[in-house]
Amino acid sequence: MSDAAISRSGSGRKPILSVRGLKVYFPIVIGGLIRKTVPLKAVDEVSFDLYPGETLGVVGESGCGKSTLARGILQLLQPTSGSVVWLGDHIEGLPAAGMKKYREDMQIIFQDPLASLNPRMTIGDIIAEPLTVHRPELSSEERKQQVREIMEQVGLLPLMINRYPHEFSGGQCQRIGVARAMILRPKLIVCDEPVSALDVSIQAQIINLIKGLQDSFGLSLIFISHDLSIVRHISHRIMVLYLGNMMEMADKRILYEHPRHPYTRALISAVPLPDPELEKNKKRLVLEGDLPSPLSPPSGCVFRTRCPLAQDICAREKPTMTVVSATHQVACHFWQKS
Amino acid sequence: MLLDIQNLTTRFATPEGEVFAVNDVSLQVEAGQCLGVVGESGSGKTQVFMSMMGLLAKNGRAEGTVNFNGRQILGLEAAELNRLRGVEFSMIFQDPMTSLNPYLRISKQMTEVLVEHRGITERDAAAKSIDMLKLVGIPEAEKRFRMYPHEFSGGMRQRAMIAMALICEPKLLIADEPTTALDVTVQAQILELIAGLGRKLNMATVLITHDLGVIAGLSDRVTVMYGGRVVEEASVTDVFHNPQHPYTRGLLESMPRLDTRSDQALHAIPGQPPDLQALPAGCSFAPRCFHAFDRCRQEIPRLRAIGGNRVKACHLEAMV
Repeated sequence: MSDAAISRSGSGRKPILSVRGLKVYFPIVIGGLIRKTVPLKAVDEVSFDLYPGETLGVVGESGCGKSTLARGILQLLQPTSGSVVWLGDHIEGLPAAGMKKYREDMQIIFQDPLASLNPRMTIGDIIAEPLTVHRPELSSEERKQQVREIMEQVGLLPLMINRYPHEFSGGQCQRIGVARAMILRPKLIVCDEPVSALDVSIQAQIINLIKGLQDSFGLSLIFISHDLSIVRHISHRIMVLYLGNMMEMADKRILYEHPRHPYTRALISAVPLPDPELEKNKKRLVLEGDLPSPLSPPSGCVFRTRCPLAQDICAREKPTMTVVSATHQVACHFWQKS
Repeated sequence: MLLDIQNLTTRFATPEGEVFAVNDVSLQVEAGQCLGVVGESGSGKTQVFMSMMGLLAKNGRAEGTVNFNGRQILGLEAAELNRLRGVEFSMIFQDPMTSLNPYLRISKQMTEVLVEHRGITERDAAAKSIDMLKLVGIPEAEKRFRMYPHEFSGGMRQRAMIAMALICEPKLLIADEPTTALDVTVQAQILELIAGLGRKLNMATVLITHDLGVIAGLSDRVTVMYGGRVVEEASVTDVFHNPQHPYTRGLLESMPRLDTRSDQALHAIPGQPPDLQALPAGCSFAPRCFHAFDRCRQEIPRLRAIGGNRVKACHLEAMV
């Protein structure tokens, strides 16, 4: 894929993050008597740019590599190959010490709010932890002041600063996670399924909070989710992953209104709509079968075993990302058929 | 009426005090009908049916009446219930592995019910089980029949569990979040399967879920639960297009949806679900309700008919 295809042509802005050909493979030992190591290709050749203030949604089903991609970008996992460029600096493969100065700018929010908070620390200490690492010059009073400010901003009562995580509900724990991610005023927050563990009535609170913070501080977001309705709501651009491979990437409106990849179309049509008439009369594109094993992915196009359009060429040749328009790329031999 | 639950109350005794999980719940399911039961975690939606099935945890106690096909079943002895469970009514759960025995082949788990309840031979039971596996869309059913649950994928396990639940052709299937653990493309397969089987076998279905989208396409009627109570019950069209309880409306408005095009901030419901150990004196939704007035904080609203074959538990006259 050409660079022009990945960048949004004509935008004139510089991306804050450029990922090219990112691969994250895990060596897996299989076999009993005759052992051999095979690579599990969790993320295979992913490329994209992220711009200031932009939200890139990443959707896909379990095992598609969404979370591994996030960790590969943040160098929480060592990429197998490819490059990750943060504001002009190559950060791929940097050791923890080398990453320290970039961590200030790149934070992450996890799915399970309670599990990602240390139960033995007060929430004040949890939220302040990035400050103690990155701003050791601050006095404890200054730190507390900043913690109180950020608590206020994420909708937590500052007087709760000395409480422990188990005293909070799931939604409040996620607010604590957001506060911890925000306290260094990062430029990028990776949100890894931030609301899927929360009740429906609480999800909207957290989505509004994240979106509000983005508007106030010009944050860039990588928003990972399996929920296509939420991703559409919060993202500007969306990447669709399947078995570690990019299937399609486009501006939100184009992706949902004119999807080109058969997998994207199946995903969208599978989402149940909260409207009885629409839902009963909907022609659903139901995919046959299950996700293939990532240890022995299909040859050629990884989606071909479940694809309604698959032909011989799909087994022989892996489709590359093709430019449909300036803001739309798709990896399918038959994208023009739709 | 196939299932008629009246004034069901279920409590759990815990060291921290009593948990009021189900509070005076009444609901009905007609033969062949699909009832959707919606609520968040802690709304009591699962415990209503665990009470009915006699599957409450040891510290749980249920009171009220549950009438199934003309017979009072709440509080029956386990031996009596075993003659009904899996035969007259079945329940499937979110995580198939909690219902499937990992040590037994699918064959053993499926035929056991038939041999026990129907008194047919192993051979006939095997043939019927394989037919049922085919019916729920399991490829190579003969081969799969001899496998262990761990050899199945998540979607296949859910299919196998549905096959097991339906093997005695029950009159009622209770499906508790049957697709929540599944990917969206597999969810679509399983929902179509449940709907199709319901029609084919003329079986009533109760679909318990937190996902309003899931019930929209499948249900005839919908019961909305909050804080262990039924807050609204109506036809699926009325619930989605003309919700009359502020909680129902709040839920619908707080969801981002694919069928509308809005980038506005979502209408979140403020606050949090109630603590079932310390329910408020009045309506348990009042602390989060935009319409609450004094009476809501003092008096629990009773479920009342509001015309058009629907009921709600709310002091508000009407929502516009």
